[in-house]
Amino acid sequence: MSVVTVQLGQCGNQVAHELFDVVCSDTQKKPSRAASCERFFHHSTHGELVARAVLIDMEPKVINQSVSRAAKCGRWRYGEDSHFSQKQGSGNNWANGYCVHGPRHRDVMEELVRREVERCDRLAGLLAMMSVAGGTGSGVGAYVTQCLRDVYPTTFILNHLTWPYRTGEVIVQNYNSVLTLAHLYQLSDAILVHENDTVHGICSQLLNIKHISFSDINKVIAHQLGSVLQPALTADSHGVYSRNPLGELVSALACHPEYKLLSMCTIPQMPSSSIAYSTFSWPGLLKHLQMLICSIDWQVRPPAGSGRSTSLTGSSFNTSLANLLILRGKDVYSAETGGFEDPALYTSWLSSKEAFSLWKSPVSFNKYEKSATLVSNSQALLSPLDDMVGKAWNMFASRAYIHQYMKYGISEEDFLDSFTSLEQVISSYRQLC
Amino acid sequence: CRFWDLALREHAHVNKKGLYDEALSSFFQNAVLVDMEEGVVNEILQGPLREVFDSTQLLTDVSGSGNNWAVGHMTYGSAYREQIVDKLRKAAEHCDCLQCFFLIHSMGGGTGSGLGTSVLSLLEEEFPDVCRIVTSIYPSAEDDVITSPYNSVLAMRELTEHADCVLPVENQSLVDIVNKIKVMSHSAKPGSVIKRDSTVISGQGGISGSEKPFDAMNNIVANLLLNITSSARFEGSLNMDLNEIAMNLVPFPRLHYLVSSLTPLYTLADVSVPTRRLDQMFSDAFSKDHQLIRADPKHSLYLACALMVRGNVQVSDLRRNIERLRPSLPFVSWNQEGWKTGLCSVPPVGHSHSLLALANNTCVKPTFMELRERFTKLYRKKAHLHHYLHVEGMEQSFFSEAINSLNSLIEEYHQLDATKARLIPDAPRLSIAT
Repeated sequence: MSVVTVQLGQCGNQVAHELFDVVCSDTQKKPSRAASCERFFHHSTHGELVARAVLIDMEPKVINQSVSRAAKCGRWRYGEDSHFSQKQGSGNNWANGYCVHGPRHRDVMEELVRREVERCDRLAGLLAMMSVAGGTGSGVGAYVTQCLRDVYPTTFILNHLTWPYRTGEVIVQNYNSVLTLAHLYQLSDAILVHENDTVHGICSQLLNIKHISFSDINKVIAHQLGSVLQPALTADSHGVYSRNPLGELVSALACHPEYKLLSMCTIPQMPSSSIAYSTFSWPGLLKHLQMLICSIDWQVRPPAGSGRSTSLTGSSFNTSLANLLILRGKDVYSAETGGFEDPALYTSWLSSKEAFSLWKSPVSFNKYEKSATLVSNSQALLSPLDDMVGKAWNMFASRAYIHQYMKYGISEEDFLDSFTSLEQVISSYRQLC
Repeated sequence: CRFWDLALREHAHVNKKGLYDEALSSFFQNAVLVDMEEGVVNEILQGPLREVFDSTQLLTDVSGSGNNWAVGHMTYGSAYREQIVDKLRKAAEHCDCLQCFFLIHSMGGGTGSGLGTSVLSLLEEEFPDVCRIVTSIYPSAEDDVITSPYNSVLAMRELTEHADCVLPVENQSLVDIVNKIKVMSHSAKPGSVIKRDSTVISGQGGISGSEKPFDAMNNIVANLLLNITSSARFEGSLNMDLNEIAMNLVPFPRLHYLVSSLTPLYTLADVSVPTRRLDQMFSDAFSKDHQLIRADPKHSLYLACALMVRGNVQVSDLRRNIERLRPSLPFVSWNQEGWKTGLCSVPPVGHSHSLLALANNTCVKPTFMELRERFTKLYRKKAHLHHYLHVEGMEQSFFSEAINSLNSLIEEYHQLDATKARLIPDAPRLSIAT
């Protein structure tokens, strides 16, 4: 029931760091501590908590910072030899990451993962965390996922992806994203997605943060991921914390190879200062989530770009393939979740009983007395995905930047293959009804 | 030289104990200084920076290149080729990992322009996988070197063929910026007193004591280089290194000329930094007064743009300003959101934040056209041509090929400009059979 996390690139390393921070401080004094620690940490000979993580980056600064920050916090740290970095970076070039850095350092990286895996009494699965816009997270990340699939063919592999702001962090981000997604789709069991735009919206509108930094964004992502990955009681776990969290997540949500994109939403999210003055009730929280789930723009997003979504599916209703609801906190057994089994929410070829799964934990999460997380395989990501592919295609049509990729061994054919795969995914999601 | 001076100042400021940290030391060992006459290099060696360089990094000759590109490129290029390769290899061996080559030279003279471009092709041959970023000082129209148009056009062909990325800087723009700052410093308006040490031209606090003539202008270029490399030297929440610059800003191999601008040029003495000041910094980066060549990017077409922000600026400030400025900036149809952004936590000395904008923009076209005109004026009359043709290895074809290269470059930019007004429809997507 241990998860080994592979952190790739600047984003992957920064987000994963926040994740370990959240899960460690969450269970300080809680009954689920043993299970949570087992899942994410192992104990060193001195009794310290050491993260079950492998840190990979093609330049050293982020990893160095991450390792020293963790060591200073005193609650947990990274293993001394669990990281691998180079000096020159991947230059935001997917081909550089995938064709050059990946193969060149394959042995070292596989060895690092093998060591972590062997430390686990029982491996629940591998979680690879990365962004899709840059060069290392995306390119090296895709290559590493491929290696992991080869070496561990029967292990659950989940990829957590951070999608960039739509209005450009990296000019070639759409190319890198398309290439990454197309490759991962064949290799990964499920792909958990966070979009910077959406999380930014949460920070500004729900958390009232005035000057949002990447640290704020990363903390929100970590909070949401943590609420999914902390121990919970599932339908199959028979009264104890599930020993197969990743497997159960995959079978609950990603039952069809054509549909692997998962989005998530956690409520409540509010400034820490307001929590003490708020009361939460399960009916209130669940009603809120139900309303969110139906609309195609069910995430709190900044206004740009929402106009297109209606024309994509012909309606603004968000059809789900499957939903997983995770409830944590006081009086969780009294929560009434029937509304999530409404067949109108789901596609017609799965019964709503099969499409909906529920996990519970009487232990609260983070600072919230009660919290609910919805992980959803639905059309919610259709619009951003379509946008990403559309922009990449437009750029490809003029062959801009292609010479930069071809320098490292990617051909136009490879691009076309990736585009075709993703158009297929888009088409499948569009037809869900 | 100003670059090393200011870089040391920057690192000393951060690292109060004056200790060399890892990133810093790797940076300094790796410079090679080349000049075909001894004056400038000797001055550096006698100055306070002599500790930073050792003699293996230097290459000098005695008589100079006579402002003749052919002498620099052919004569000295072949004579010193082996020595140069040797010194480069030694410097490269010092590096754990060679990320890129920075070439700094002027286009108008003989050595920088001629030998400089010879070194450029040498770098491509010996180290083909390493990125080559060139900062070229272009001569102004009133340049005192008569043959500077010849030298510049001959050099440009080499830059177009062999450099990965070129940052042109025009002396005239530097002069304009220096003058602007001097006007600000001397105005007696209350509330507009410039903080000492904070102008982009100030070299105070650096190691060399007195300021010499071109110092102010050179400081600007030095600051440009400091800002480009800041993400490699200091930490930040969104790192942007040199390879990423070349990758994101060069959509087609030959169109790699980037217009740079630095803001703010100075910090006013009052301490508070309202958001408006921050936003002003972003607006200024796109104004023609802040560009390092005489061009107006807002009225030409952007192919791509990079923003390197330093200091206490968060991603939300960055996003807000991009959204605010975007509607007024014309971007090419296939790169409507063509932004590359970087955030470095450490600001330059004397500022709380700063911004470097690098744009691949068709506004370089007029600069190149002007250069072409000055070249043609001389070439038509065959003025001074014999000085060049007398040099062994030099032929008239070099001239015609060089001007052809410049012509086709200008044409490529022209084609892109033509698309500016047109509404280009989205390319039809692949359709999947259902």
